[in-house]
This record gives sequence, C-alpha cells and structure tokens, in this order.
Amino acid sequence: MRAFVTAVYLFLYAPIAVVVLFSFNAGRSASEFTGLSLAWYGKALSNRFLIEALQNSLFIALTSAALAAVFGTMAAIGMERLSARSRMVFDGLFAAAIVVPGVVIGIATLVALVELFGLMNPFIASLWPGDNPPQFGLGYETIIAAHGLFSLALVAMIVKARIASLSRDIVEASSDLYATPLTTFRRIVLPQIAPSILAGFLLSFTFSFDDFIIAFFVAGTHTTLPIYVFASIRRGVTPEINAIATIVLVVSIFVIVLARILMRERNTKQAGSE
Amino acid sequence: MAQIKTAKARWVTWGLMAPAALWLFVFLVLPFVAMVIFAFGERAPEGGYQAAFTFAQFANLPSRAAAFTNTLVLAPAGAALCLLVGYPVAYYLALKSNPSHRMILVSLVIIPFWTSLLVRTYAWMFLLGGRGIPHVLELIGFADVRLINTPAAVLLGIVYGYLPLMIMPIYVSLEKLDRRLLEASSDLGARPLATFLRITLPLSLPGVMTGASLVTVLLLGEYLIPQLLGGGKVYFIGNALVDLFLQSRNWPLGSAIAVTLVLVVVVIMTLSMRVAWRAAGTRQVDLV
Repeated sequence: MRAFVTAVYLFLYAPIAVVVLFSFNAGRSASEFTGLSLAWYGKALSNRFLIEALQNSLFIALTSAALAAVFGTMAAIGMERLSARSRMVFDGLFAAAIVVPGVVIGIATLVALVELFGLMNPFIASLWPGDNPPQFGLGYETIIAAHGLFSLALVAMIVKARIASLSRDIVEASSDLYATPLTTFRRIVLPQIAPSILAGFLLSFTFSFDDFIIAFFVAGTHTTLPIYVFASIRRGVTPEINAIATIVLVVSIFVIVLARILMRERNTKQAGSE
Repeated sequence: MAQIKTAKARWVTWGLMAPAALWLFVFLVLPFVAMVIFAFGERAPEGGYQAAFTFAQFANLPSRAAAFTNTLVLAPAGAALCLLVGYPVAYYLALKSNPSHRMILVSLVIIPFWTSLLVRTYAWMFLLGGRGIPHVLELIGFADVRLINTPAAVLLGIVYGYLPLMIMPIYVSLEKLDRRLLEASSDLGARPLATFLRITLPLSLPGVMTGASLVTVLLLGEYLIPQLLGGGKVYFIGNALVDLFLQSRNWPLGSAIAVTLVLVVVVIMTLSMRVAWRAAGTRQVDLV
C-alpha cells in the first residue's frame, strides 16, 4: 500500500516537475535535456503581451479576492442572524455558486450581461448630456464580477464554519462587561476569524488567477494570463510556455501553502483550547 | 444567546447581507433566468439571440448527441478511476500514515488541486505530445506510438486533474472514524478484510459519495482536458458549449444545452447527497 501511495504522489508531481525542469532547458526538445539556461524566462519576460496578461490577471485576482473577502465575511456574520429559512436560501445559493460548472457560470453571465448592456447602453446614451456617453461592455469588471461570485461563496463558507466553532462565552462576557456590539466584534470576534478571512482571500486569489473557462466567456477582447497561455498552447507547445507555466505554478503554490498554514494554525489553536 | 429582534438589529443584518445578496442576484440568479429564456428563443440570422418561444432548441439537442455521450460515459468513468486510485491513498493517509507527517502529506494532495488546471493539463500535453514520451519510446525502439488525442489521454488527464478532489472527502470521513470500532471488530475475530468491508467501507461511504458526485459534476462541465488532451476528437459538452457561444454563435441552442447540463448536475447532486447524508449524518465538505 505504501508503494502504491508513493506512486500516486509521484504521479501527482512528476509531470509538473518535468515542465519546471524543461523550462530551464537550453534546447527546444521535450525529451532531451541539453543544458541549463534561463533563456526561455528572458524570452517570456520580454514579451509585452505576456506581461500585460500577467498584470491583468494580478489586478483581477486581487480585486475580486478583496471584494469577496469583505462581502463574504459580512455575509457569514449576517447569516448567523438570519431566520432558518433565509439562511437556507443563502446556503443553497452559495453552494450553487461553488458547484455549478464554470462553463455554465461563464455562459450564463455572458448571456445576461450582453442583454443587460444592450438595454442599458442606449438608455444611458439617451439621458447623457454630452457627446460621449459611457458604454458598458465585457472587460475587467465582468471577469471580476464572475470570479467574485465563486470567491464570495468560498469566503462565506470558510468564515461561517469558523464562526460556528467560536466559543459563545467570551462574546457574552464581553457584552456583560458593557462592550458595545461593535467593540465586541472588533476586539473579540474579528481577531479570531481573521486567519479564516485571510485564507479565504488567498484561495479566492488563486482561484481567480488560475481560472480559464469563466474568463474565456466574459473577457470580451481582454486577455488574462490563462487565456494567453491557452492561446499560445494552441499555436504549438514551445519551451517559452514551460517558463510561463513555471511562473504560474510558483505563484499559486506559494499562495496556497500560505493559506494552508493559516488554516492549520487555526486548527491547532482550536485543538489546544479544547 | 437570546436575541431580541429589534428593527435596528434587522437593519444591521440586512446591511451585512446586502452586498452578497445583490451579487448573488445579479451574477447568479439573473444569469440563470436569462439562460433559461434564451433556451426557448431562436438564433438571430447574424448570430446571437432573437426573442421567441419555441422548444426547437431542446428538440435539436440530439444534434450534439456525441458530446453528451462522450461526457456521460467519460465523466463517470473518470470519477470511478479517481475513486479506485484515490481510496487507497485516503485510507493510507487517515489510518496508516505517521500522524506527525500526516498534515504535510494531506497538504501535498491538496496543493495540486488549487494550482492551475490549465498548467497541469498542459504538463501532460507536453509529456504525451510527439516530442515527449513518444519520442523517448522511439529511441528505445517503439516507433509511432500515439498517446495524445485519444480517449485514454483524456481519462489520464481527468484522473490527474481531479484525484485530489476525490481523496479529500474520503480522507475526512475516514479520519473521523472511531478507531475503537476497528479494534472491537478484530478482537471479535474478524479478519482485516471483513473489518474493512463491514466497518470501514460503509462508514466512509459519505466521503465516497461526496467525492464521486463532486468529481462527476465538475467533469460534466469540463472543457480544458478534452480540448488539450483529446484534440477536438474526444468532444465534451463543455467543448460543444464553447463552440456554440464563441464560434458558431448559436446562443439559444447553447443555452438549451447548458440548461440541460444544469438539470443533470442538480439531479446527480441531489441523489448523491441524499445517499451520503443518510449513510452518516454529516454535511461537511472539506475542500481546503
């Protein structure tokens, strides 16, 4: 059994390792390693389109994760105060936002937004006093909105689980000692749920940074890093893609490991207090 | 905590919920409604959508029968393979691994799931493509081996991509398992296999059902793996949808397919969650 498990771990990591290794390959071959070189990184990093796609992806991931962290946390706190029935509605919607396949989320958002913009733009133009009325269209905002949907649900679920595990006694003690609800929240609740919020933010960031399919539908003419990588792959596998793939992997692995550490600290602290 | 429902408290509650509620409404509920409306419409001559009320799109679903067949065969098959490979790993992690390494081993399973599926699928494209493993095989005497753009390559990509999502829920349910039951079973003379079949396996069923249904459902909407490893020959519903929306611009037919896909997803989720919850009362899914 041990051998089997080892084999599975190899299976999980070997292909990634090969891509990373060949990103340092001097030659173009995918099977012979002809010498160490950083040439492909140089080539990738001097590619203007790639840098632009990377900047877009970082901006979209940061914005959607930040919005999700704030609104998701608010929702997690608010849900505690809802009636059982309203809570079930929100639970269902959050679960749907996570489980419905990305391809469907992308399509539904595309269809609805194109219709909505089609109605809104002439209307705004008719009210607009000047010559250049604002035109709404697909772009960064629509990607942020669509990624934010999944991330919001993710943060809400993670923070909600944390709130459910909080001890009520300390909150009650605080209000017995005449702290206002806001002070109690700031001094007692927030410090305890902060690691979960941060973990939710980081997971949301990686989700958005790595997402291809949703952005593919709602990006319009804009490009994100996964869209750029996908387009390059279709033009043919090149060593340059190995270098970009390695950069993407390093970013997401760094972020996810950070999130894991934050969530584990929470778990061990919890275990220690019990 | 005794809660006094004052008007102010209610305002605070709804203030907290408002952004999420608005977001869910505008970017989840509204889009679904729009998609359903589109599914009953017609394709405009220049592409896109034209208002109508017709079942023609649903009647036209058989025109994409190959995509449905591929998806409905390969998604469950992929989930089953994930289960076969993943169960022993989850079992080892939960019951046999050294507790001091356990967290690291579990993290090592989760990390790939949160890294780019595009990059991980690309890794196999790189390995299976002409200059990768086939080239190595040629050097040792097996010429003309074709690996990429086959159903097997797609299945391999599926197992690679979704294995972590299968392992995690099974691990969680096995980890919660009361070890005393296992001891009692062996004290009463049951062989290890009997203990496994009569105690461990039934108690891990909720995890198995959660993992299997999550993997199946996400696979039903998969696009990247069949696109990159199937090369357009192994065509999934997701690929048909991308084609209908972004190339041939037949939005109503695409919407009808997407609505059908969502219905299949809902049916699978409802059935499997029922089974899982009945098997043992937990509703926790540990994805992180």
